[in-house]
Amino acid sequence: MRTQSAISQDNVPALPNGSAAAAILSAGIGSFTLALFTIVADQSVTAKNLLSIYKPTGALSGVSTFAILAWIVVWAVLEWRWRGRDLSLKPINIIAFALLALSLLATFPPLGDLL
Amino acid sequence: MEVTTRSLWTLVHGMGFGALYLLACSGAIVLLSLRSATNAHSTPAGDRVLGIYLTVMAALAWLTVLSGTYIIYPWYRAAPSAGAAHLTAFPRSLLLSNPATKQWHLIGMEWKEHVGWLVPIAITMAAFIAIKYARDLKHSPALRSALYGFVGASLFAAGIAGFFGAMLDKNAPVDGGQTVRLVQGE
Repeated sequence: MRTQSAISQDNVPALPNGSAAAAILSAGIGSFTLALFTIVADQSVTAKNLLSIYKPTGALSGVSTFAILAWIVVWAVLEWRWRGRDLSLKPINIIAFALLALSLLATFPPLGDLL
Repeated sequence: MEVTTRSLWTLVHGMGFGALYLLACSGAIVLLSLRSATNAHSTPAGDRVLGIYLTVMAALAWLTVLSGTYIIYPWYRAAPSAGAAHLTAFPRSLLLSNPATKQWHLIGMEWKEHVGWLVPIAITMAAFIAIKYARDLKHSPALRSALYGFVGASLFAAGIAGFFGAMLDKNAPVDGGQTVRLVQGE
């Protein structure tokens, strides 16, 4: 019975991977946006003040809120464009990983200060 | 045995949500590799486990960053009044007042407060894919690579945030508020 179930599961055609591509790329872009806002808030007093949307938390409130909003908007747009399509995931993974790695590096203050 | 409310919140944030997230990462990697095994049977229930597991991790990640950013961080960065003699209630100022501890804020806190926010982004995406593509993961190395990459990156980022959180709390603990008595003394 279990084997029969496994076979029937495996025989169902795969879903188009467009939604996955949208989620992966938008996560990379969202991460990079966070790093970008972090650097901007660190280097400009005006930006720091503008991003301080919740005073007790300071610029971190704006940096995180606007990065999350950017991520969700990009995700929604890509999902709308790519849903139902089959795309090559390899280049999308590479771009997303590169953006994620850059984000990890750029949020490190000594490196962020160099940019 | 007593604990202050601020101290209790740092425990909930760090030892509760944060540490649990770090522990859960290894489980996620094991579950992912089980889903990747070529001889693994695919059943609807089995397919759902990874998605549910990553969704719980995503909830933990969101709870960690939100409690850290909006409950604990304001206490950490509160500014003392001019000429204040004691800075123990103002961790950020306390760290910056001493050249030996200054870098814990300038590097540790500055990195921790931002890198931590990469975690919910990465793990929410992973949970979405694990749920939507539960059945297809076994046959798609590219999807599995994306999940391994983002779960691994979230572990790295959460590890940085956790390490600096622990070190900051050793050097300048967030403390104060009402006292909660855990055990009555004799």
